Amino acid sequence: MSELSVNHLLGIKYLKEEDIELIFKTADHFKEVINRPIKKVPSLRDITIANLFFENSTRTKLSFELAEKRLSADVINFSAGQSSVKKGETLIDTVNNILSMKVDMVVMRHPNPGAGVFLSKHVDAAIVNAGDGAHEHPTQALLDSYSIRERLGSVKGKNVVIVGDILHSRVALSNIFALKLQGANVMVCGPKTLLPKHIDKLGVKVETNLRKALNWCDVANMLRVQNERMDISYFPSTREYTQQFGVNKDLLDSLDKEIIIMHPGPINRGVEITSDVADSKQAIILDQVQNGVAVRMAVIYLLASKIKN
Amino acid sequence: MSQRVLLNATEINIILHRLACQLIENHNDFLDTVLIGIQPRGKFLANRLAEILTKEYKVKNLQLGHLDITFYRDDFRRSDKPLEANKTEINFVVEDKKVVFIDDVLYTGRSIRAALTAIQSFGRPTEIELLTLIDRRFSRHLPIQPDYRGRQVDAINNEKVKVHWKENEEEDTVYLINN
Repeated sequence: MSELSVNHLLGIKYLKEEDIELIFKTADHFKEVINRPIKKVPSLRDITIANLFFENSTRTKLSFELAEKRLSADVINFSAGQSSVKKGETLIDTVNNILSMKVDMVVMRHPNPGAGVFLSKHVDAAIVNAGDGAHEHPTQALLDSYSIRERLGSVKGKNVVIVGDILHSRVALSNIFALKLQGANVMVCGPKTLLPKHIDKLGVKVETNLRKALNWCDVANMLRVQNERMDISYFPSTREYTQQFGVNKDLLDSLDKEIIIMHPGPINRGVEITSDVADSKQAIILDQVQNGVAVRMAVIYLLASKIKN
Repeated sequence: MSQRVLLNATEINIILHRLACQLIENHNDFLDTVLIGIQPRGKFLANRLAEILTKEYKVKNLQLGHLDITFYRDDFRRSDKPLEANKTEINFVVEDKKVVFIDDVLYTGRSIRAALTAIQSFGRPTEIELLTLIDRRFSRHLPIQPDYRGRQVDAINNEKVKVHWKENEEEDTVYLINN
């Protein structure tokens, strides 16, 4: 297969396994490109991309922007904080105004789940979901799987545990879809209050004991405690959370085997993982960041190739 | 569809040795020269020439790389079938080197145009030459000509030249295919 089965990247849910394989194969090529003395290719020089961020983001936005620029696309940036959204403009109006400036692709982060799907039905541009509420964050899940594949050779058959705030996490949901699609065994682990009811219906194991989870897994993806999304108290104190669900070096060293530690960032050092774990050779957190650019280049390149001239 | 043999294995072998000798004539010990096979099909020819140069003519320290031009092509979003990338393997910089591009068939010249842009990502070469096994003259879209050519072919538009390599197709033969 040399073409994606979709015209937008709205979520992992809409992808086939072959799509993920194609994205990874293409990302391999771009990873080589971004390690050259000159890290840029001219493929998308006639494509304009709008990055619409209706919610704060640092690394995802930087990563997308860099990926777009490495492909030679023209890039315009929009942050809700400084825009007419505050004046009451609707999403479709905002986007249509931007599209009338001849934009071919929209990368959007939005606080509402389904915002990307909604947009794809109403505007004529390729849409990339860069996070929609607590729903999906497909490029993060892709770069996570890509990093696992890079380190362990493949994702199939590997045991991956996602630890922490599963309830508020779009990273968790996209990762579950992506990992299951590629044949990995997935477990979620966290305080009961942060595990959604019926999450096991997605075919994942559920565990509330971190040590048991770590002993089972090959890879642990440590999610950030998202204080900003917590409207009520889900656990008594950060200190208690850390004691039960934080990973420190002693805990890692006491396991039977060497596992891989991932984190989508930004890290709360000393909460989900301690500094010595984050900086250890078992952590592939910075590889994830570098792979993020290559994977996003692949996604944008493959979607752009479907926009006919 | 009909096809006829343009070059057989013996003829290809003679041509490869001649091309290797011409390269030695111009590049002596290859100290400042690198060979770059253009992916996907130029790779086989480049590997073959490198083998002749190192094994039969005892050229030492020959630097060989393979360049993929997919992301530099001018027909992205313009061709019916999606472009598929291949691996670029260049483990050296080409700054201040003489580069020899190697491809099996020179047709419109567009691949070489893309390669000229792509190679700049690896530095600024002092000069670039082009070696091609088959030169389809009269078919050029761009002002690009080879410095070394195996055989010139006058093929008309619906004809196609296909080079088969032992490594890939289990025979060394050049065909002229009439569609």
